[in-house]
Amino acid sequence: MPKAKVTFQDVGVTVTVPAGTRLIEVSEKVGAGITYGCREGECCTCLTRIVSGHEHLAPPSVLEDQVLKDNLAPRHHRLACQAQVLGGEIVVKPA
Amino acid sequence: MPGLVSPDGALELAPGVHWIGALDPTLRSFDIILKTANGTSYNAYCVRGSAGVAVIDTVKESFGDTFFRRLESVADYGEIRAIVLNHLEPDHSGALPELLRRAPGARLYISSRGQMMLKGLLHGDRLAFTPVQTGDGIDLGDRHLRFLKTPYLHWPDTQCTWLEEEGFLFSGDVFGCHFCDARMFNDAVGDFRFSFEYYYAHIMRPFRAHVLEALELIEPLPLKLIAPAHGPILRDAPGRYVARYRELSASGLKNEAADEKTLLVFYLSAYGNTRAMAEAVATGAEAAGGVRVSLYDIEGGEVSPFVDLIEEADGLVFGSPTINGDAVKPVWDLLSSLTAVNVRGKLGAAFGSYGWSGEAVPMVENRLRGLKLRVPMPGVRARLIPTGAELDECRELGRNLALHLTGRMAATTIDMAALA
Repeated sequence: MPKAKVTFQDVGVTVTVPAGTRLIEVSEKVGAGITYGCREGECCTCLTRIVSGHEHLAPPSVLEDQVLKDNLAPRHHRLACQAQVLGGEIVVKPA
Repeated sequence: MPGLVSPDGALELAPGVHWIGALDPTLRSFDIILKTANGTSYNAYCVRGSAGVAVIDTVKESFGDTFFRRLESVADYGEIRAIVLNHLEPDHSGALPELLRRAPGARLYISSRGQMMLKGLLHGDRLAFTPVQTGDGIDLGDRHLRFLKTPYLHWPDTQCTWLEEEGFLFSGDVFGCHFCDARMFNDAVGDFRFSFEYYYAHIMRPFRAHVLEALELIEPLPLKLIAPAHGPILRDAPGRYVARYRELSASGLKNEAADEKTLLVFYLSAYGNTRAMAEAVATGAEAAGGVRVSLYDIEGGEVSPFVDLIEEADGLVFGSPTINGDAVKPVWDLLSSLTAVNVRGKLGAAFGSYGWSGEAVPMVENRLRGLKLRVPMPGVRARLIPTGAELDECRELGRNLALHLTGRMAATTIDMAALA
């Protein structure tokens, strides 16, 4: 299975994950400062800055895209509960 | 005394600008979390311009009849071209559906962050509205409303509305308080200073970083009056209340080590075992250097000053023994009080001695995560009397916390399969 590397910059931890993993599945386990509310892609609490490697995430769904727009999310920001890792190296930090 | 509210009449703030809200003098508890010793008011306003009328906020649904009578005393529904909601919480939006029914020609203006809440309130109604932010406005002919985006005061959707020509700020919950007095104006009502500060402490304090951002927008305004969504209308020296918000949003305690990171180690101990672990955590952090470490026995303190300290700290460690499968009550009392301040992103950890099962440490860690702290290091548990090796683990935990706080923690790479 293809692997990816996700670095949670605020705690200095890099995790090797299988492709298809969502950020939410890892960030809490390493104690990163990304925080969650609804966990369903609606509340925007888990807005996360993709420092690098945004192209290695699956594009946002229609729902995520709308929530990002409603909340005026800056460029290269994603919802950690929705964003799915495809491969490569990705660096993230809390928004 | 001018300004006494009549049962059905609107209260004039300036020609063509009226308070049309409702008084709720018998309320004794607001949103479960606030005491209201003499009730509250739900303040709504009506602004008349040469090109139409704007209604700013509504009232709690059960007070709709009073609100509509007051509104009808100063405007016809056909004249209303704008409805502004500075905040969509039900005590301000309760009469919105009926107002929209009565004034079908009105356009609704809410902050861009209010759209999700509006969907929740109107349950899928296909309602046309205009999302607005700072710089947007409404032209009422000879009067103009301008919006200030002031999120998280105290919901994501909150905003203020500025009436340019009069120098009036319709501030939503900002500068409000739960205080019910039919004399309405701050220079006419009873002493509401306690209510003002109590309201800030419980509603605005968790968001004080956002309060400071909002003050950057509000302080430059040539304010003549602040019209909040609850409590007295501030016409006498409104700038004093703005200045007080800045004071209240500053650090409560002077930190002599402001340039240093701070780590607070809290513990409770029945037989001295968790205390020994706490001392080891503190020693380890001290030895790493660069961090101001403080050690507190929760049993010897009170919650409120600890909360003040925690608000200012960078890192928090909690030590609790496990008794009957749980962390002990004073730890929960302190942890349950932290919603009154912003602890998001602080560094957290837990440790503790136990006899049988040791649930306290993971339970406290989960609570810290729930409070939105970072908890990157697993806690340390010791069965009864900690061994030398377990105290070494505590010192290592303290050292690693200090390294994290000072940016000296070595980066690590792990495989997801190794994560619990």
